[in-house]
Amino acid sequence: MSIDWVHAWPSVIAAFLASVVEFVEALTVVLAVGAVRGWRGALIGSGAALAVLLAIVAIAGPALTRIPLNRVQLVVGTLLLLFGMRWLRKAILRSAGVIPRHDESASYANQEQSLRRLGGARRARWDTVAVAAAFKITMLEGLEVVFIVIAVGAGGIGLLIPASAGALAALVVVVLLGWIVHRPLASIPENALKFAVGVLLTAFGTFWIGEGIGVAWPGRDWSILGLTAAYLVAAQLAAAWCRTRARGRTAVSHR
Amino acid sequence: MRWLTTIITEIFGLFVDDGSFALAILIWLGAVWLALVRLALPRGWGAIVLFAGLAVILIGSAVRRAGRR
Repeated sequence: MSIDWVHAWPSVIAAFLASVVEFVEALTVVLAVGAVRGWRGALIGSGAALAVLLAIVAIAGPALTRIPLNRVQLVVGTLLLLFGMRWLRKAILRSAGVIPRHDESASYANQEQSLRRLGGARRARWDTVAVAAAFKITMLEGLEVVFIVIAVGAGGIGLLIPASAGALAALVVVVLLGWIVHRPLASIPENALKFAVGVLLTAFGTFWIGEGIGVAWPGRDWSILGLTAAYLVAAQLAAAWCRTRARGRTAVSHR
Repeated sequence: MRWLTTIITEIFGLFVDDGSFALAILIWLGAVWLALVRLALPRGWGAIVLFAGLAVILIGSAVRRAGRR
């Protein structure tokens, strides 16, 4: 199967950026598990979850290619749109200061504290708490990655491989960075990244649904770029409006 | 069984955290699809109408949430 990389790069970038966000969140918890309960349990838990996730991609990916493309685009596009718009709405509210920004250092400290509270078993050969905690977070964040890979790769035969490559590259980058710094990757501009990913996923979701219901996109695949730019403008407008609205509410409540 | 409920809740939460926001998106998608099929909306207009409605839903929902703070 030949891959048209000229058309595949938006899928690679979207899968890479979205996966970076998810893997950074998983890394924070795995680092906390490793530091508090020991690395053996943390690595066994994460490794087992990654194996299950790979099996899901290996089964679900080829199965999707047997379903008519426009039906896949319609169903996956709808899910991707719900997922992307939920993500983008949250990013807008974070950017406007309506809800608190995500802080990896604070998240690490919370995890570390709750794992210490559980006590014991650090020296044990099999630490169920460590394995379960690492497995759960890798599985939860990984499931989102799997969904993103399948969703952004749903646009056509041959897009699943570039999308998977983007996610795999993100995994390698985050694991390498985590291994080098041995701390949560708090310096990664996660909130800005989430804003960009929300815009990209919403653009992809809109495009796939349009394809599924028979919308004629001007410029065909290039419309994804146009949609990305248009959603970026809409999201920036929304963030500015939310900021004004939130300030107005605060001013009224201080009177 | 609790783990199964947790997984289902987590998966549902990936797509829906504000019910009215998700419902508005689904209703708009259905309306655009109907307009394309039944009203024979000019094909080029479908793209603009689809995007414009979704952008309005996004902005409206975020601004309403900011006002509820």
